[in-house]
Amino acid sequence: MASEIKQGTLDFINHLPILQVITPMLIAPVLVVLNNKTLSWLLSFVGALACLLISVLLLQAVSDGSTLRYYLGGWVPPIGIEYRIDAANALLLFLISMISAIVLIFSYSSLHAEIPEDKHTLFYACFLLCLTGLLGVVATADIFNVFVFLEISSLSTYVLVAQGSYLDRRALSASFNYLIMGTIGATFFVIGIGYLYMATGSLNMMDIAERVSQLGQNRTIQAGFAFIVVGMGLKLAMVPLHVWLPNAYTYAPTVVTCFLAATATKVALYVLIRFVFSVFNYEDSFVNELFFLLLMPLAIIAMIAASVIAIFKQNLKKLLAYSSLAQIGYMLLGLSLMSQKGLASSLVHMVNHGFTKAALFMSLGAFMLNTKNIYIKSLKGLGKSMPFTSAAFVIGGLSLIGVPGTAGFISKWLLLEAAIEAGYWLIAILIVVSSLFAVIYIWKIIEVLYFSERAGSYREVSVVTLIPIWILALFCIFLGINTSLTVDVANIAADVLFN
Amino acid sequence: MKHHLILKVITKFMVGVIVLFGLYVQFHGDYSPGGGFQAGVIIAAAFILYGIVMGLENVQKVMPIWFAQKAAAIGVLVYALTGVFSIVFGFEFLNYHAISPEHPKHGQHYGIILVELGVGITVTFVMIAIYYSFAGRTPRLDDKEW
Repeated sequence: MASEIKQGTLDFINHLPILQVITPMLIAPVLVVLNNKTLSWLLSFVGALACLLISVLLLQAVSDGSTLRYYLGGWVPPIGIEYRIDAANALLLFLISMISAIVLIFSYSSLHAEIPEDKHTLFYACFLLCLTGLLGVVATADIFNVFVFLEISSLSTYVLVAQGSYLDRRALSASFNYLIMGTIGATFFVIGIGYLYMATGSLNMMDIAERVSQLGQNRTIQAGFAFIVVGMGLKLAMVPLHVWLPNAYTYAPTVVTCFLAATATKVALYVLIRFVFSVFNYEDSFVNELFFLLLMPLAIIAMIAASVIAIFKQNLKKLLAYSSLAQIGYMLLGLSLMSQKGLASSLVHMVNHGFTKAALFMSLGAFMLNTKNIYIKSLKGLGKSMPFTSAAFVIGGLSLIGVPGTAGFISKWLLLEAAIEAGYWLIAILIVVSSLFAVIYIWKIIEVLYFSERAGSYREVSVVTLIPIWILALFCIFLGINTSLTVDVANIAADVLFN
Repeated sequence: MKHHLILKVITKFMVGVIVLFGLYVQFHGDYSPGGGFQAGVIIAAAFILYGIVMGLENVQKVMPIWFAQKAAAIGVLVYALTGVFSIVFGFEFLNYHAISPEHPKHGQHYGIILVELGVGITVTFVMIAIYYSFAGRTPRLDDKEW
């Protein structure tokens, strides 16, 4: 221990990795102490904006392929906890902070329709804790710290989903299901960490990676890897483990659905990516076979089956939830191709799908402010009475399908390229087929919106509600035209992860 | 005072002892087994015991729900602000050297006490809040129905 230190030497800039995580964590208890509805919203929004600013600064700092390291408490790893920011997690930090800021604008006008006013303070506190957890999972380079933050985000997520019970009591059972499944997932994950610790005696990702490569073929590590894949599979809703997702997304308040759909599953997928590339050896035959024989078929089943199920859903939130499962399939497929291009497409799709799905769920939320329910028949003719919301929904839908000029096109194109490059022609065809299913279920909604008789007289929602929806819709177009933010950073990230 | 007289008398006596022992575990956490988490649970156990024996209304006169909620949040703040203190003085988050740069050992000592205090406060009041939310759900038993 250096006893010579008389004064701290770190500037504000050095602290960015930790400030990213503790900003929302500091605000959450303040909200509970103050217990004021309007102030809660304001402080949460300011906190989310601060997070956004920090994540942009971080993204700039690492976009040249460099890595920022931060030692908590001044303890040097592998003893202490380390936060390590590179292009891959900076991109995710940006996505999470951006979505949380936009979603909070939306909650200002929509939350009172879904949750009684005396619960708003605690709702925002929970939201910020969830944000803390997600940011922490992404920022940290210590595998046990990943587990802790994962639980912070999951526990607050269960509470947030249950808040939908003021509109529909089924939110409670959905939340309980999610709680059971999520906890099983977390248990598997922590068992996997236990195996890794048993075999290597370390919790720092970089340190473990070094020791794993020295150990060679090792049963303990393989078992640990299998546990971690299953645990994360539950959290990211990989297809046979997805049962919690549709109901949780359907019955949660719109604000929560937007936030979760855009971030939570992506963070779990990021953890999987991080473990494959930064902890385990991705060239290892066990890892490769697991991805080729298990995850790739599951991803393809998700792409096709979930899309088909989505076509037949009458509840639109559930429809989009199933479509989310299919989109998770694309991301998993990109990862399981085990190539630099595939990984980059997976990362790009995380961001693009995040914005797309948030735009779709948010415009559904705006419809719901008027119609009070979200069945397809209640949207009849809303294209005329709510033109701006409907237009935003159409843009989001086009991006979900992958029409050129939208964000979805970029990532699907990259995925197709990666699949063809790897020689999987059949998979490339299946990607296109799955997109055609997306055309069917999006068209089904557009038809009802624009080509049906008006069911009731509704007015367009207020401008405050339209602003966040249109920010997201414009992002869907912007990311489809300007790819420097997503594709370039994702390529650098894939490069960093592979080397 | 007719029913469970012995329980009630013993409880009144024990509550003080339990809290005292909790505080001992809290502040000796850096020398001996213990610390904020264990101390928090012990102190909360005193309140929960009082609530079980004397009834929920009586314990909530001493410890209202709103107070438990806010105090739990304040505990988190104590912990987090200890970390922020280090950042303000140019050290890493939760680097206790910042508290006493001339004597790093003292700094470490004070730092861990502060952090454990935050943990202790939060655990105490979260435990109490959990007890309240479960106990508040069941219909209250009348004294004669025992």
